[in-house]
Amino acid sequence: MNHLRRLVLKGGAGGGALACALAAGLLRPTRAHAAEWNKAAFESKTLADALKHVGADAAAESADIHIKAPEVAENGAVIPIEVTCRMAGAESIALLAEKNPFPLMAHAALANGTEGYLNTRFKMGQSSVVKVVVKAGGKHYIASREIKVTIGGCGG
Amino acid sequence: MAEPMKIRAKMVDGAAHIFVLMIHPMETGQRKDPRSGQAYPAHFIQSFTATINDRPVLNMQCGPAISKNPVFGFRVRDAKTGDKLVVTWEDNKGEKSRAEATIA
Repeated sequence: MNHLRRLVLKGGAGGGALACALAAGLLRPTRAHAAEWNKAAFESKTLADALKHVGADAAAESADIHIKAPEVAENGAVIPIEVTCRMAGAESIALLAEKNPFPLMAHAALANGTEGYLNTRFKMGQSSVVKVVVKAGGKHYIASREIKVTIGGCGG
Repeated sequence: MAEPMKIRAKMVDGAAHIFVLMIHPMETGQRKDPRSGQAYPAHFIQSFTATINDRPVLNMQCGPAISKNPVFGFRVRDAKTGDKLVVTWEDNKGEKSRAEATIA
């Protein structure tokens, strides 16, 4: 009896505190500073759709985005791609592979002094044009680079 | 519980050069089991965040096209030796991991 009473009291107090915190907006149910995963963009099956969902369907070609990647990748499962943008104030970098089942590969938001630079390893199903979209000063810029893949990295 | 991450964070020419290696299968959902013909269910990191001294510096959303055991390399100005770097990731199954490092 006493044990139950204690449990009930504890539960009530805990729940109450949580409700208060929720109401005050201290504890948001979603992740604190991570934006929600852009499902529509990542599940787009065509390059045009994916570009639209990252807001870059009217991006201007730019020579200031440098994509360092192998011309011929032997293993499509591990393709190192390094992006460097020379323009000031890069806010986000998105990478897309035209012929992947889902073209959008990654979308990074940069803040607080992060340079326009990203280095990651990607998977590609087949030879394709890789597009890099950089948002800087509210505008989108795009650059492309073709990567040939000898063995696809999407499995099958 | 997810395997620990490996982090290298070093000041080079006034910017913190950061490399983070995560151990993760990054299953795309496209690969099929040759015996049953069933696709392996997708299991990949969806978001990766980094903060330096509690300032968010990178918030990356990832699709399944990131390679297995991902490596993310990025550079941050306005950082100095001794700053605290915290990186976290979360995958599509809700698994999470967090790691800390000091910029050298």
